[in-house]
Amino acid sequence: MARQEKKKDVVIVGLGWTGSIAGIELAQEGLDIVALERGHDQDTVPNFEYPQQIDELKYGVRLKMMQKPSQQTVTVRRNDGETALPYRSLGSFLPGNGVGGAGTHWNGLNWRPQEVELKLRSHVRDNWGEQIIPEGMNLRDYPVSYDELEPFFTQFEKVAGISGYAGNLNGEIREGGNPFEGWRSEDFPMPPLPTTYDSAKFQEAAKAMGYHPFPASAGIASTAYVNPYGMQMGPCNFCGFCERYGCYQYSKSSPQTAILGALKRMPNFEYRTGSEVLRVELAEDGKTATGVTYWDEAAQEEVFQPADIVILSSYQLNNVHLMLLSGLGEAYNPLTGEGTLGKNYAYQMNGGVSMFFKDAEFNPFVGHGANGMVIDDFSISQNDFGAEGFIGGSYWRAGTFNGQPIRNMPLPKGTPSWGAGWKEGIGEWYGHAMSIGSHGSHMSYANNHLDLDPTYTDRHGRPLMRMTFNWQDNDLKMNQFMKSKMEPLAASMNPDIMQAGFKNIGAQYDVRPYQTTHNTGGHIMAENAREGAVNRYSQTFKAHNVFAMGAGNFVQNTQYNPTGLVGGLAYHTVHAIRTQYLSNPRPLV
Amino acid sequence: MTDLPGYPSRRSFLKATAAGAALSGLALPASAQQTPKPVSLDDYQREYLNADEWAFIMAATARLIPSEGDGPGALEARVPVFIDRQLASDYGTADDWYMEGPHDASAEPARGWQTPLNPAEVYRQAIPAFNAWCQETHGAAFAELSPEQQDASLTSLQNGDVALAGEVREFWGLLLSNTKEGYFADPQYGGNHGMQSWVYIGFPGARAAYREWPERHNVKYPLGPVSISGERA
Ligand SMILES: Cc1cc2nc3c(=O)[nH]c(=O)nc-3n(C[C@H](O)[C@H](O)[C@H](O)COP(=O)(O)OP(=O)(O)OC[C@H]3O[C@@H](n4cnc5c(N)ncnc54)[C@H](O)[C@@H]3O)c2cc1C
Ligand code: SF4
Repeated sequence: MARQEKKKDVVIVGLGWTGSIAGIELAQEGLDIVALERGHDQDTVPNFEYPQQIDELKYGVRLKMMQKPSQQTVTVRRNDGETALPYRSLGSFLPGNGVGGAGTHWNGLNWRPQEVELKLRSHVRDNWGEQIIPEGMNLRDYPVSYDELEPFFTQFEKVAGISGYAGNLNGEIREGGNPFEGWRSEDFPMPPLPTTYDSAKFQEAAKAMGYHPFPASAGIASTAYVNPYGMQMGPCNFCGFCERYGCYQYSKSSPQTAILGALKRMPNFEYRTGSEVLRVELAEDGKTATGVTYWDEAAQEEVFQPADIVILSSYQLNNVHLMLLSGLGEAYNPLTGEGTLGKNYAYQMNGGVSMFFKDAEFNPFVGHGANGMVIDDFSISQNDFGAEGFIGGSYWRAGTFNGQPIRNMPLPKGTPSWGAGWKEGIGEWYGHAMSIGSHGSHMSYANNHLDLDPTYTDRHGRPLMRMTFNWQDNDLKMNQFMKSKMEPLAASMNPDIMQAGFKNIGAQYDVRPYQTTHNTGGHIMAENAREGAVNRYSQTFKAHNVFAMGAGNFVQNTQYNPTGLVGGLAYHTVHAIRTQYLSNPRPLV
Repeated sequence: MTDLPGYPSRRSFLKATAAGAALSGLALPASAQQTPKPVSLDDYQREYLNADEWAFIMAATARLIPSEGDGPGALEARVPVFIDRQLASDYGTADDWYMEGPHDASAEPARGWQTPLNPAEVYRQAIPAFNAWCQETHGAAFAELSPEQQDASLTSLQNGDVALAGEVREFWGLLLSNTKEGYFADPQYGGNHGMQSWVYIGFPGARAAYREWPERHNVKYPLGPVSISGERA
């Protein structure tokens, strides 16, 4: 028999970015809230303190802040015919663990989607016709528009403390900003950060080619800042231990720096760590949830936590897994197209060019996770899909973000990987290389989906989630297009040596190298229960008192890092709960 | 308040930082230390590796990052100590990894780690197998071969020309990455002795404070490294 805890108004599953947003906004309504976090507690002090945090082996390589596969993981196969095998050690993606979630150790590249990305099917239909959509691509519009989300993007950016320069302020295009971005009702909360040498070189070359460089929008403080919850940030010192690390000095935007300090002071909020939610419990009629059952790590027992509202904010992969295990919808069947859970899983299609300059000093260790200059000249809104033969786009960025030598040691092709030649190579080239990255969209396909694995189980005996995923021609073509455009730009910078790394047509998904932790879809938003798992307010169609936040809502992935859209959708959802749901709990329309 | 050379000025930090509590993040050891002289590699007390394995690791890492030329070799950096300690740690035993069966050790490499063995076990099983191959091919265990034969053997291992069981297929990749980790990781893990590898390439280690540096374009950063424990070089 599970132990039973006192009933709460709201139970939050996972205390990362979206869980923290739900926590503070609903706590402001006076609701009694508990957040259950499977990982450990952690905060700037004492956990991210200097110098202990400046440890590449522990955090960058052994990944001590991340989800441990021994606790939770997925299985992976590249097509329905293959046997899925466990993702035993982390590689391709690094889900977060512990208070703050991946929001603690992200890079801070904070983006809004372009307007057309939220209505991409319509954009394609209106400009080229639906016949250009490749067979098997589940191209969709979001059931919310950019204009509806704009106030919530702004709200998230103010809370998170984002630095940048608006390129489109209420429709006015401003020199030096991104002319292709969606309109902003206000400028960024903080001005852009200073520009490092590599980004300045890229900026100059891009300008000379007629492109429109602008500073990356960064969840990294450029000045002293106080956010709407009264949380304080101080300017980043380009410590170069940003991605995969907690910030030791209140400069990186994270749940800790932006929300949790204020939230923990609220008497109606409580959080419990070492509390891994195992399933959402449904009422007998199956139409609402009664609460969640979790594993209490300290007591080593199952606990039932009753609640009136359940917020799933455990990251895309964990949300979909919990929903599959709890019957919060039917699993997607790629053959019939029926079922919604696990549908439209998508990822990110990236590539880049490395350049070596014998005489340049880049000091690669001087940087932050969201450093750099960017161009959006090959973004989704700019590409002629009909002429180029793909649907998608990417943003390009150059900016140092870490010079940590175990992982960041670019060497010219042909340099031996060991021995005297390798040692000579690292001495010759460390600090003299820079790169431009292409960060591209990834569409959704019937072939790429999530369900429960038939063989492998977790430590609680629950089936692991199974990921069926491979690269598809459409996105690979987009990637090759970027290569053809980026190489001339890189060559114009006159490096001594340059080399491109873009996946080719036919590339197979490899789980080993890190790619991104931008896993999307699986509980997508839709107008109706036949097509998606949640509605425009992230409310599940199955149980109206369950809301599922995060990138699982994405109908396909955008060309950008996901968190700006994740944060905007989270504020959109909590706004609907506050203004529409609490007074009359029901399915929202 | 005295400012340590090379560290961010505590006063300017105080002014620039919104939250005073961050100051505790800069509690540096009052006196910078010189690296103490460690026990010789021959007298080192091993935590995981046995004598034969140790002889192999000493010989192999010495070829992977040789002493000749500029910069330290793996032995000067004490990489073997690093590897021994890592294998004795929760990394060696793969505590964080999902190790439940069934295992398909013959799966193609792109499917990731699929052997039932943990890294420590991979070393334990692969070293004798590789030594046996060296014996058969070159007439002696790896550590006894000439440097040229050793390089040729490692090249065969790298190219997959040494027939190893599927369970230890990851051995080459592990050996090479663990060697480089030991070369570049903070010295607290036993390798990168005296931060010599950081000095060699120009990485300032745990300094991690460069507020004035982003806009100093094309100027080489002048200060040497510090370690987490406050050593300098
Ligand atoms: C290395 C790295 C770099 C990144 N860089 C960027 C970037 O530059 N820009 C960008 O936009 N995005 C980036 N991301 C992605 C970004 O971190 C996520 O989009 C964001 O954190 C998602 O918020 P979330 O609330 O959905 O999940 P998270 O912030 O990850 O929070 C989920 C929380 O739920 C907990 N949890 C999971 N399962 C359970 C369970 N069963 N019971 C209880 N608790 C549970 C987890 O432990 C975690 O704390 C990066 C991610 C990583 C890992
Ligand atoms: S680079 Fe800046 S924001 Fe990132 S961890 Fe370092 S100080 Fe913090």
